[in-house]
Amino acid sequence: MTGLDVFGFGEGGWGLSFLAGAAMTVLVSAAALLFGAVIGALAAWGRLSGNKAAGALSVGFSAIFRGVPELLVVYFVYFGSSALLTAIGNAMGVTGFIGMPAFLAGVLAVGVISGAYQGEVYRGGYLAVARGEIEAAQAIGMSRFLSFRRIIAPQVLRFAIPGLGNLWQMALKDSSLISVTGLAELMRVSQVGAASSHRPFAFYIGGCALYLIVTSITNRLFDAAERHATRGLKQQTSER
Amino acid sequence: MSAAFAIDIFFKLLAALPVTLEVWSLSVVIGAFLAMGLTWMRVSGSFVLSTIARAYVFVFRGSPLLIQLFIIYYGLASFAFVRQSFAWPLLRNAFACATLSLALCTAAYSSEIFRGALAGVPPGQIEAARACGMSGFKLFRRIIFPIALRQALPAYSSEVISMTKSSALVSLVTLWDLTSVALKIRNDTFVTYTPLLIAGAMYFALNALVARAFAFVEYRLSGHLRPRAT
Repeated sequence: MTGLDVFGFGEGGWGLSFLAGAAMTVLVSAAALLFGAVIGALAAWGRLSGNKAAGALSVGFSAIFRGVPELLVVYFVYFGSSALLTAIGNAMGVTGFIGMPAFLAGVLAVGVISGAYQGEVYRGGYLAVARGEIEAAQAIGMSRFLSFRRIIAPQVLRFAIPGLGNLWQMALKDSSLISVTGLAELMRVSQVGAASSHRPFAFYIGGCALYLIVTSITNRLFDAAERHATRGLKQQTSER
Repeated sequence: MSAAFAIDIFFKLLAALPVTLEVWSLSVVIGAFLAMGLTWMRVSGSFVLSTIARAYVFVFRGSPLLIQLFIIYYGLASFAFVRQSFAWPLLRNAFACATLSLALCTAAYSSEIFRGALAGVPPGQIEAARACGMSGFKLFRRIIFPIALRQALPAYSSEVISMTKSSALVSLVTLWDLTSVALKIRNDTFVTYTPLLIAGAMYFALNALVARAFAFVEYRLSGHLRPRAT
């Protein structure tokens, strides 16, 4: 095979595998971002609650997962959860090794890292919500949940969009590390292709190009979301 | 799991720390120089130079470091002309490839930080310097660089910290750094948690030290901004 035909869709072409890998990358990163949103919201809540123990827990959590290599977290979650599952299985009478599904381990690992960063993003967003609006919501008798749903959450999300865009890019790039667990995402597909065709340069450049395409397309989506979320604020800036 | 076993692992990992430190420090220094060049290209006013720098930053920030590392280590070596070129002694060396690829990647991130810091220098300061008769290199050395340096420090310190984390990737190109030694211990002993936890704690301690050092430099460089002791 010569030239670019390794990326074709015909016989011997890796086009479909590459596309499937890119789809898996997007899927695992999106699931990790969502899982990270839950973790991040809890971490932000811990910091903002005023409870000392919860605050310390959340500070420690985000310091640890922002200070330790992502690759180490991926290994720890993958090997650690498999060892845990095996131990549980053995206790229940199942013999032999039980592996954690690579997809789940990847989502857990990348999600926890993303969550450590997302906590800071949500905390910043909450602190940017005007105090007067929260007081006003209380004054007209909204319950805490209602004021959270109607006043706080929409604005925190709006303030968080630029930060979340950055974290989405980070999750996409971190997802390449899941390749060490054997999950057939873009990085892994490039590796397998490179090894079986003996043409590493073409395959890694192809994988790299697909990553760039995915990041730039999704970047556009986040920009559009930001424009949409701040459309109510446009009038102030449009008159120069 | 005995304490003696954990201590044994600790010293084995400590022996691997120099490799991690070397890759990290070399790539941070080389990356900083590359980043300065890129920043200069961005603000040079030349359309061609700034477009090249922009494209560089797009490619290296938009793709994972792992694939960049593999392009350089496995990809380049597959070409005969690379294997016959003057650069081959360097490119067949895993350490050199790892350092180079980390440096190229951090250069892209750092150049954006430097550019932002440069843009944050108040125009009034530059005008005042020009009014005093400074221009060219003297203006840069006395006014622009010190202000920009101080403004770049907070973001740059997180970039340097993220580089210690990125340096774990060199374990995937046959280097015996902290991460790969931890994995080898796991493979050899079937003990999962201890080696990875100790390695993680070492990275964490290293990052805490780096953060402290940057905070100290930042403190020293912003003395004029603190209220004067009377």
